[in-house]
Amino acid sequence: MNFSWLFRMAWRDSRRSRQRLLLFMSAIVLGIAALVAINSFGDNLTRSIDEQARELLGADLTLSWSRPPSAKTQQLVKTLGRDRAYEVSFASLVSIPKTGGVRLAQVKGLEGNFPYYGTWEVEPASAVQTFRQAQSRIALVDDGLLVQLGAQPGDSVRLGNLSFLIAGRVTKTPGQAAIAATVAPTVFVPNQFLAGTGLLQRGSRIAYKYYYQFTPGTDVGASIKKYESVFDKEGINADTVADRKRQTGRSFADLTKYMSLVAFVALLLGCVGVASAVQLYVKEKITSVAILRTLGASGRQALLIYLVQTALMGLIGATVGAIIGSAIQLVLPQVFGRFLPVSVDTTLSGPAILGGIGTGLLISILFALMPLLAIRNVSPLRTLRTSYEDDLSGRDPLRWLVYLLVVGFIVGFAYWQTNNLMLALGFTGGLTVAFGILTLLGLGLIWLVRSFFPASWSYVWRQSLANLYRPNNQTLILVTAIGLGAFLIATLYLTQGLLLGRVELSASGNQPNMVLFDIQKEQIGGVRSLVQQQRLPVLQDVPVVTMRLTDINGKHPDVTKKDTTQKTPSWAFTREYRVTYRDTLISSEKLAAGKMPYQANGNIYVSIEKDFLDRLHLKLGDTLNFNVQGMLIPTIVGGTREVEWNRVQTNFVVVFPAGVLEQAPQFHVLMTRVPDNKTSAVLQRDLVNRFPNVSAIDLGLILKTVDEILGQVSFVIQFMALFSILTGLLVLGSSVVISKYQRMRESVLLRTLGASRSQILRITALEYGLLGFLAALSGILLSVVGTWALAQFVFDVPYRPDIVPLLVVTVVVTGLTILIGLFNSRDVLVRSPLEILRSEV
Amino acid sequence: MSILRVENLTKTYQSGGRELTVLHGVNFSLEPGDTFSIVGPSGSGKTTLLGLCAGLDHASSGSVYLNDIQLDKLSEDERAAVRNQYVGFIFQNFQLLPTLTALENVMIPLELRGEKGAQKTAQSLLERVGLGSRGHHYPTQLSGGEQQRVSLARAFANRPKLLFADEPTGNLDTDTSATVIDLLFELNREAGTTLVLVTHDLDLAAKTQRVIRIKGGTVVSDTQVATSI
Repeated sequence: MNFSWLFRMAWRDSRRSRQRLLLFMSAIVLGIAALVAINSFGDNLTRSIDEQARELLGADLTLSWSRPPSAKTQQLVKTLGRDRAYEVSFASLVSIPKTGGVRLAQVKGLEGNFPYYGTWEVEPASAVQTFRQAQSRIALVDDGLLVQLGAQPGDSVRLGNLSFLIAGRVTKTPGQAAIAATVAPTVFVPNQFLAGTGLLQRGSRIAYKYYYQFTPGTDVGASIKKYESVFDKEGINADTVADRKRQTGRSFADLTKYMSLVAFVALLLGCVGVASAVQLYVKEKITSVAILRTLGASGRQALLIYLVQTALMGLIGATVGAIIGSAIQLVLPQVFGRFLPVSVDTTLSGPAILGGIGTGLLISILFALMPLLAIRNVSPLRTLRTSYEDDLSGRDPLRWLVYLLVVGFIVGFAYWQTNNLMLALGFTGGLTVAFGILTLLGLGLIWLVRSFFPASWSYVWRQSLANLYRPNNQTLILVTAIGLGAFLIATLYLTQGLLLGRVELSASGNQPNMVLFDIQKEQIGGVRSLVQQQRLPVLQDVPVVTMRLTDINGKHPDVTKKDTTQKTPSWAFTREYRVTYRDTLISSEKLAAGKMPYQANGNIYVSIEKDFLDRLHLKLGDTLNFNVQGMLIPTIVGGTREVEWNRVQTNFVVVFPAGVLEQAPQFHVLMTRVPDNKTSAVLQRDLVNRFPNVSAIDLGLILKTVDEILGQVSFVIQFMALFSILTGLLVLGSSVVISKYQRMRESVLLRTLGASRSQILRITALEYGLLGFLAALSGILLSVVGTWALAQFVFDVPYRPDIVPLLVVTVVVTGLTILIGLFNSRDVLVRSPLEILRSEV
Repeated sequence: MSILRVENLTKTYQSGGRELTVLHGVNFSLEPGDTFSIVGPSGSGKTTLLGLCAGLDHASSGSVYLNDIQLDKLSEDERAAVRNQYVGFIFQNFQLLPTLTALENVMIPLELRGEKGAQKTAQSLLERVGLGSRGHHYPTQLSGGEQQRVSLARAFANRPKLLFADEPTGNLDTDTSATVIDLLFELNREAGTTLVLVTHDLDLAAKTQRVIRIKGGTVVSDTQVATSI
């Protein structure tokens, strides 16, 4: 085959259609841009994490534990590294005496020169040095906490029995994404004053950590390898720069890969637009193809001429997309903002650009191939008979091959991004269902208009309705493209509402909405009466005992580790178990198998939560040996429970029977229900004054935190969804332009026959208004059904979608569709019929 | 050896669930260099016959031999190769590719054959039809008569053994028609090509050596014309 001739012919034939071909391909530009932007950002983020890995940790190594290790190990950890800093942290209520503000915060007692790497951003900067000298009771406080409590440097913050002068405002701590300060804002104090606060009581959940600096060039991983077994045994968690790099890199790689799937949806949407545009293009080119066939060109040659054209345009579209994407990635660090643990240095990413162009080229060829295949069958007889149509009516088995390739490509792309075949198949299946339903809705709409055509309505209405189903209509493609965009936006809003609704529901009615924890056994009476004095109910009072698991069925962790037939995960032995004791189930629990916790024949039968039982590969009758503050307690799995976790309530994976743990060191958790924020604030203030070690968290705080995080997350998702919406509008724009060519003659004819400009304007506006409205409605309908299913089957909450955002989406989408429709049809409206006839024909 | 032999040619279409036979057992043969016209009223089957003879369509029964190649045994792509090798076309509505210049339109048959010097050959053919200076014009920039002359140049570009012309003056005024027809016969004579002309213009048909008249899909007369130009 003469390929140079094919390219020459493709070039010659495209002369008059290049602008339009480029317009078709513009539909893929934004999808590619989104893909290249997110993948470039991912590459840059990985590189930045690699470069700034030590700053992620703030040290070369950290060792952390929550149970004090043996004296020998304590000695050992004090000898590692060239220099070390020590940190003690726990959650506690903190208050600002000046404003009366109280909030649960993370308290960190620090000694030494943390951080060794990275900048601890504190205002004023000199406060860090003063803090390290630790000569007075000063505190550095996270900016978010200061804002919430209405405090500023110079005020004092009260922790338990002591007050600290706020010496600085912390805006960034090495290794901590800014969003973490929203979830758990921190108060840093010199460690030497921590004991004086009275907050370090037995039973409090305290974490200890050493930050180490090693001599430059030390292989930290190798130098601590010999202590691994000791660390494992003592429940010490070692974190090196390499570990942190791996963990952070992996979680962000996952994030950017999922984001790239959102970008891919925009690309696919664009490709549907390309396929639709190419289909109309092929219809226009059929006579040219028939002439070429008459003169002796084979079907394959004719197909290749147009395939080369679309591929070249696809290449141009993908390249433009890659350029735009490379520019967009510059703003992505701002979009992700507070999620990022490192500052991202943005440079061009070769793999992302080439990958984006390759993906765009391949997918646009595959989608264009669907309509282009028909070219092979164009009969030369059309040169003699213009009405000949038999050649294109037959079924073409190659189409199925192309469909298969498209599906294969989507699965392949999703797998490449996620490395998870089930997820890739799920993604493809979900997309197929969404596209399928929107297509069916489009077809249904055409059928409805046709079947129930309102023959008695005015001419303007009849004409615009008829435009929805007449030959070469764009109804199906626009309902799919605009509908998918509306679906994405609506789903985003509705899911966000569902998540918040789920949290709100968890404390509706008489459910608890405030949790008081870290209550010492001797304090419980006092706290109960404090709560009751405020006329608040004590809804639950739960004792909690912390313990560790030493062996399962007599097998210790070192045995289970070596025995490959044992499936017990190693974390089962290193984690701390917070356990309660009672003989009954509570409202959030349901017996799944066996019995409730009980004692019989001197044996202790405990109840294990069902999912946990499965993850540990346990079964009823297995023996578990627990270590409670040095005392071993053998137990037997006597039953398993299903637990509803999504409530503001204490739930436990392990429940002991009553009569075993009563004398063990323990703390209490008390639940109450506060009617309003004011009562909550009064109770928290009284608690801080009388029981400074007791912490409280109320639903308002949880909701606020969830709302803030969701706000951040949804901004990122909205940013990505924006590409789909804009692509939908581009597809709309190009569809309107294509249909403009189709309809120009008719509008001119109408004008010639005496239709006024206003009539043409109303017909056009009504037609696009109907299309936009019905497309938005289809997308929203699909979204409502999808989120209803989520609410019903996943979140288990009553479904009450917020109508206002849905109305806004409908109005905006309809308005934009009308605007774009009118803008592209303006020629017919403002120019004289003869002028158009001369220029277009 | 006949250049075109048609044996018992029948064409039937499905129309509205019924069979419609538009050609009934047509037979004739042509010798190299013959000029031949098919005449008849609208709907008589003459264009169908031309399409079958040129290998643009396949018959329901019977055979067409073009330069001794039995067309009905070939696939569409094989027939396309035969057309490129042996056949030239002139259409009532010119059928020039609108996106190509006049010169490029004439070059296509040569380029499809992979011939070198296509541009030179095409240019000389355009000069031969009097459009040497219009090669870079697009069809829409040419008058009807000029477009048909480009079409003539393209038809002769691959030095065909057979030239099929379907109502070549149907879209032209009287004066332009006369010029185009003169040119057609002149080029045909120079190239020694066999000409098959479909027309309802009896005066035009009279310029060929032989005329067959079709009515209702059946050949009703086959006449040798005494005087031809």
